[in-house]
Amino acid sequence: MSLAIINGHLIEPSLGLSQPMDLLMEAGVVTKIGTGLRGDETIDARGCIVCPGLVDIHVHFREPGYESKETIASGSRAAARGGVTTVVTMANTNPVIDHAGMVEFVIRRARETACIKVLPAACATKGMKGEEITEMAELKEVGAVAVTDDGRDVASSAVMRRVLQYAEMAGLVCMTHNEDESLAEGGAMNEGFNSTALGIPGIPKAAEEARIDRNIRLAQLAGARLHIQHVTSKEGVDLVRRAKARGLRVTCETAPHYWTLTDDAVKTFDSNAKMNPPLREQEDVDAIIEGIKDGTIDCIATDHAPHTPTEKEVEFALAPFGIIGLETSLALTITGLVEPGHITIERAIALMTVAPARICGLDAGVLQEGSPADVAVFDPNAAWEVKAEDFASRSKNSPFIGRTLRGKVRHTICDGQIVYSA
Amino acid sequence: MPEARQTVWTRKDLIGIEDLSREEIELILDTAPQFVAVSKRESGIKKVPLLQGRLVVNWFHEPSTRTRTSFELAAKRLSADTLGITVAASSSVKGETLHDTLANIEAMHSDVIVIRHGCAGAAHILAARHDSHIINAGDGRHEHPTQALLDAFTMREHVRQRRGDPEAGLDGINVAIIGDIEHSRVARSNIWALNKLGARVTLCGPATLIPAHVEKMGASVTSDLRAAIRDADVIYALRIQLERQQKGLFPSIREYIRLFRIDNDSLRAAPDHALVMHPGPINRDIELATEVADGPRSVILEQVSNGVAIRMAVMHLLVNFGGKKPTGTL
Amino acid sequence: MIRTGKLPQETVVVMDSHTMGQHIHRMAREIVEDNPDIGSLVILGILRRGRPLADRFARLIGEMTGQTPRVGSLATTLYRDDYRTGLGTAKQRGDTHFDFSIDGVTVLLVDDVLAAGRTIRAAMDEVMDYGRPRRIQLACLVDRGGRELPIQPEYFGWCVATRANEWVSVRLSEMDGEDVVLLERYNAEEGA
Repeated sequence: MSLAIINGHLIEPSLGLSQPMDLLMEAGVVTKIGTGLRGDETIDARGCIVCPGLVDIHVHFREPGYESKETIASGSRAAARGGVTTVVTMANTNPVIDHAGMVEFVIRRARETACIKVLPAACATKGMKGEEITEMAELKEVGAVAVTDDGRDVASSAVMRRVLQYAEMAGLVCMTHNEDESLAEGGAMNEGFNSTALGIPGIPKAAEEARIDRNIRLAQLAGARLHIQHVTSKEGVDLVRRAKARGLRVTCETAPHYWTLTDDAVKTFDSNAKMNPPLREQEDVDAIIEGIKDGTIDCIATDHAPHTPTEKEVEFALAPFGIIGLETSLALTITGLVEPGHITIERAIALMTVAPARICGLDAGVLQEGSPADVAVFDPNAAWEVKAEDFASRSKNSPFIGRTLRGKVRHTICDGQIVYSA
Repeated sequence: MPEARQTVWTRKDLIGIEDLSREEIELILDTAPQFVAVSKRESGIKKVPLLQGRLVVNWFHEPSTRTRTSFELAAKRLSADTLGITVAASSSVKGETLHDTLANIEAMHSDVIVIRHGCAGAAHILAARHDSHIINAGDGRHEHPTQALLDAFTMREHVRQRRGDPEAGLDGINVAIIGDIEHSRVARSNIWALNKLGARVTLCGPATLIPAHVEKMGASVTSDLRAAIRDADVIYALRIQLERQQKGLFPSIREYIRLFRIDNDSLRAAPDHALVMHPGPINRDIELATEVADGPRSVILEQVSNGVAIRMAVMHLLVNFGGKKPTGTL
Repeated sequence: MIRTGKLPQETVVVMDSHTMGQHIHRMAREIVEDNPDIGSLVILGILRRGRPLADRFARLIGEMTGQTPRVGSLATTLYRDDYRTGLGTAKQRGDTHFDFSIDGVTVLLVDDVLAAGRTIRAAMDEVMDYGRPRRIQLACLVDRGGRELPIQPEYFGWCVATRANEWVSVRLSEMDGEDVVLLERYNAEEGA
């Protein structure tokens, strides 16, 4: 059984391709890129862009432990609806993913229930307690693709230094959540005029920036590679920019909400505007966009963080941090970055495919003859309204419900199988 | 006799002062004197039938005697039935959301919900979704609108007396708010109200208790008490929560007293006519010296009396003139 | 009838200044005849136009008997029955004010126009909340009919059964610069 995608516009960042081109795949791999191709089955992608399946290296699928929020199965369906064919799941499940058995559990559940590729990140420290480093060599051996204590930072600088040194030895990238918890304690939104007026305890940007700075310095000390998660502030972007200028092996990501929203979104006390790090201010939004344009920000990752309505429909201060993002990230990228002319569509796709795949060393995000047949087909011009009832995720905690976005996924193909069609 | 005013009340809820226009604030203040008179009836019945047969639920998630009593009395003087629900701070985490609990209260056909809650926005999210008239009796550090209204009313009465002008407003007066601004919903609501009414606000307190960018709300900020009260027509002392000291937000009660207490000594820096106000309850001899709290400049008990009338005015306007349907989608 | 702010089709003067003076004088005389003990008579004018009328009655009674009854104002707004039906407005007509006891005395309520009787019901409820008068009487300059409650004035100036599209407008020199009663006819469709 071969599958052909014809009449589409192929964008393949790793080859620098952006032109009308057909794609033929068979037995789960790309067999031919060319023109006039036909397969046993054919998708007519007229008016659509055909690109490598998107890669999101920062998602929370909550399994095991919080299956009412999301499961590997439901999360993978949400990914497919967003054109995403590879995700890296965070380790703050219950129990946490801090030893080989837990990594194997995620991989087995993914194999049994997921329609896309679900790759686990493992904890950087045992029990995510920030004290003892995990058995990273074995974690890598059984399939972990990164180490991170995401959701928390490693408070002790000495421990963090060892995490970075050891991860480098094990050949895993260390991804850091950057937060001085004593400075952020009790906070529920960005500290600034809005937090003062709303009477909501604030999280100062310095809580994030101080730790980005520290983690960069420790990576330098350790001679290690470092991936900074969810950069949100002007100074934060600048710290990464300067680290790169110094030749350090530092990469970073940001999420669509950080260029789409400011802390004004909190004014209605909508807990879907509550995430960590929090929504910042306009100057930060501008700096994030600038960082994406000049290459300081390496990739787009959603920090897809599902929570049930019962958990979210509470007083702002009591609501958990986080929003879902997989099903809106491509459209928010097109609507917020490509349409206004900040970046080209080719660059946007690179930020969501090959760039994140490289950070974690994944065999994903490219479409070459012989590579896995993971493909996204989307109409870049189609406008659609985000509706709670349309989400494939178990959770509906999106601040974008009710918005009309541009860019709609038509087909998602993973290993040559159509896993989503609209 | 002034001509009939044209401002029309349409709000279903009273959530905060930030949302109100100057005209709406003045309508509430102008509606209150008739209720002051009801409470002052010497012989006869100290109530009117404006909310007869209505159910007012006082739903307090934080301990409060003063505000709760004031709302209850206001409801009773409007002939409403009242029901008090006190929630221990911890029991809100029992699996039922705030919306669930209110739906249960509303199933008993409540008309007005007076809610005090430790979290900013609690009243807001309820008002957006439920039919009851919601009155915010304090939400976290966010707002305490009826307090600011009764404060403005009390200030206005005194400005009118002092100037002999029954129409005078707060335009141009100076109000100094002293103490823990960071944690104070009273300060926030007062800053909004006083700005809308044309007064100038100066905030003064320990640098560690001044919130970020508060000057953008419309206030000047200083940590010099004498500078703050030099031109003050009103000195408004806030309650200092003693547990803030234990959290290390200021070094000691002793030093707080040295720098920020309103006493006869520090009052020498203020004009002779300056009023002293406090939202209560007072920490005697900490933020306010007894000699001042009980002295001739103090109008603290007038604030309490006016509080009942202001709350009667608010309930009357909401129930008898306000909208009936929630407008939000939260 | 609710007036929509449009101008009336037709306006008829039904009581000029001279006639109004005669009516008020006659009513004052009737009040005196009915109340031999003026010392136990107090007058409460229903805001807004009942108050100047109450002051006029008091002055005339004072001239006739040498004893001027005390006068106060009654707002009635806190006792209205139309809030629940959504007909009420937030208009402030002034506050109730009198500084005498009403226990055991005759309270004379004064209003300019009597129609449905609901304002008088509210006024009586308000009075009763202040004390227990020996009796309550009612004086109205115009009784335009259309009663919805069993209330009748002891003293009235002019009585007319108005139609649905007619409105009685009392203007008093103290407030309006002239003494006159107008009957305004509105286009029926517009006025309804």
